[in-house]
Amino acid sequence: MNRIVVVGASAAGLAACETLRREGFEGTVTLIGAETRFPYDRPPLSKQLLAGAWDPSRLSLRSPAQIDALRLDARLGTTATGLSVADHTITLDTGPLAYDGLIIATGVRPRRLAGDQTHVLRTVEDALGLRERLGPGRRLAVVGAGFLGAEAAAVARGLGCGVVLFEPAPVPLAHAVGERVGRMLATVHEEHGVDLRTGVTVTSAEALDADEVLVAIGSQPNTEWLDGSGLRIDDGVVCDEYSAAAPDIYAAGDVARWRNPLFGVDMRVEHRTNATEQGMAAARNLLRPYARRPFAPVPYFWSDQYDLKLHAYGHLRAHDAVEIVDGSLEDRRFLAAYRRGDRLVGALAVGLPPKAVRPWRQAIADSALWKDVT
Amino acid sequence: MTAVRIEFDEPKCVAAGQCAMVAPDVFDQRDDDGVAVVLDDTPGPGQHEVVREAAAVCPAAAIHLIES
Ligand SMILES: Cc1cc2nc3c(=O)[nH]c(=O)nc-3n(C[C@H](O)[C@H](O)[C@H](O)COP(=O)(O)OP(=O)(O)OC[C@H]3O[C@@H](n4cnc5c(N)ncnc54)[C@H](O)[C@@H]3O)c2cc1C
Ligand code: SF4
Repeated sequence: MNRIVVVGASAAGLAACETLRREGFEGTVTLIGAETRFPYDRPPLSKQLLAGAWDPSRLSLRSPAQIDALRLDARLGTTATGLSVADHTITLDTGPLAYDGLIIATGVRPRRLAGDQTHVLRTVEDALGLRERLGPGRRLAVVGAGFLGAEAAAVARGLGCGVVLFEPAPVPLAHAVGERVGRMLATVHEEHGVDLRTGVTVTSAEALDADEVLVAIGSQPNTEWLDGSGLRIDDGVVCDEYSAAAPDIYAAGDVARWRNPLFGVDMRVEHRTNATEQGMAAARNLLRPYARRPFAPVPYFWSDQYDLKLHAYGHLRAHDAVEIVDGSLEDRRFLAAYRRGDRLVGALAVGLPPKAVRPWRQAIADSALWKDVT
Repeated sequence: MTAVRIEFDEPKCVAAGQCAMVAPDVFDQRDDDGVAVVLDDTPGPGQHEVVREAAAVCPAAAIHLIES
């Protein structure tokens, strides 16, 4: 293997490039990225950057010296438009490029309302564009009370905006974290003066009475460039438990749907740490086809809302039941445990010391029986 | 022999705890807010590999290694 091409220059793509070098790969590593910036961190976009606390230079994931040390053939501002598996070649907007190994890390992009040009939040440019329109007395409508919409609503309140938050479900985030935790989060937003309107499906931004509209209704994997390649696409690039999509082709990060053997389900997660960990795993498995290791992480994400920091571990979405096993929702210091079948599959903690949370993460990694831990 | 010095950009830390999981002898987390604490900013050679791993997995790019 002499030429490895990584498509997507963000968290997952960077982790793949770094791992290839750390594992001693001396061949050519080409990094293709549609954005013109070197890899930067997205979570602060809806937090410190939107709040105006940080400027974009703080978001760089690596310094120029660290990037140089990777000896990359970096092609930024370049888009991959096609893949031929049989020819081991991808097509770029600048021409064809042959590879021996390929890592797909093209992430996701925001879904939009039909035909509309409102704000979305995925790139530095998006965040800066929204930030300059926010301030005291401005009215922001946020469509979608998922984690992204909720964080942006919180920041906008902090900037003195009037905020209306629309959510089609009766309780925001209930499908993700359960009804009770979702209701607590809804209360927190209302206490901070957000006008939360649940059970409302917004289909067009035009009718909304607001100065600015942010649409945060989920995302769509960037897989169109793989259409017709023969790779299986189903809300993401479908991979096996090694993160392999085909021989010599791996996928990692937000774009990858892989079989997580820890839970025995196909999952695609849009979590910052997963992008890095899967990028690393994909690179290792690509380099060592005979010593491949399944990618079986406990997914993890955090979210900041006002002064609350949520930490979530495991596969919460498909849970059958939730129980508060430490602290209380009223105090906003608690640990919620999630059950699926007879197993512990997830935990969500707010305001608890790491030492109290770590054993739960470990129990999820061990697929503990629910009756043994609750 | 390489020496490794850790520079920690604390305000960037999101308290994810990946570092303390990968390199528990070098990183811990504060009880109140989970922000990382560097226990040993010039760890010995036996720790270099896990410290590099910690810097690589940190989701906030808050851990910098100065290798000399
Ligand atoms: C505002 C915001 C806040 C977030 N907050 C949190 C949080 O608090 N906690 C958490 O765990 N996660 C959070 N996330 C999620 C986290 O940022 C993502 O999981 C992570 O960025 C995924 O990295 P990735 O490398 O897989 O994909 P991406 O970051 O999406 O990068 C994919 C890259 O590929 C490029 N690309 C796409 N198609 C092509 C193509 N055809 N050719 C070339 N390049 C292409 C894209 O331009 C992009 O640069 C947040 C995300 C956003 C947007
Ligand atoms: S891994 Fe990074 S963000 Fe997480 S606790 Fe350690 S330093 Fe902080």
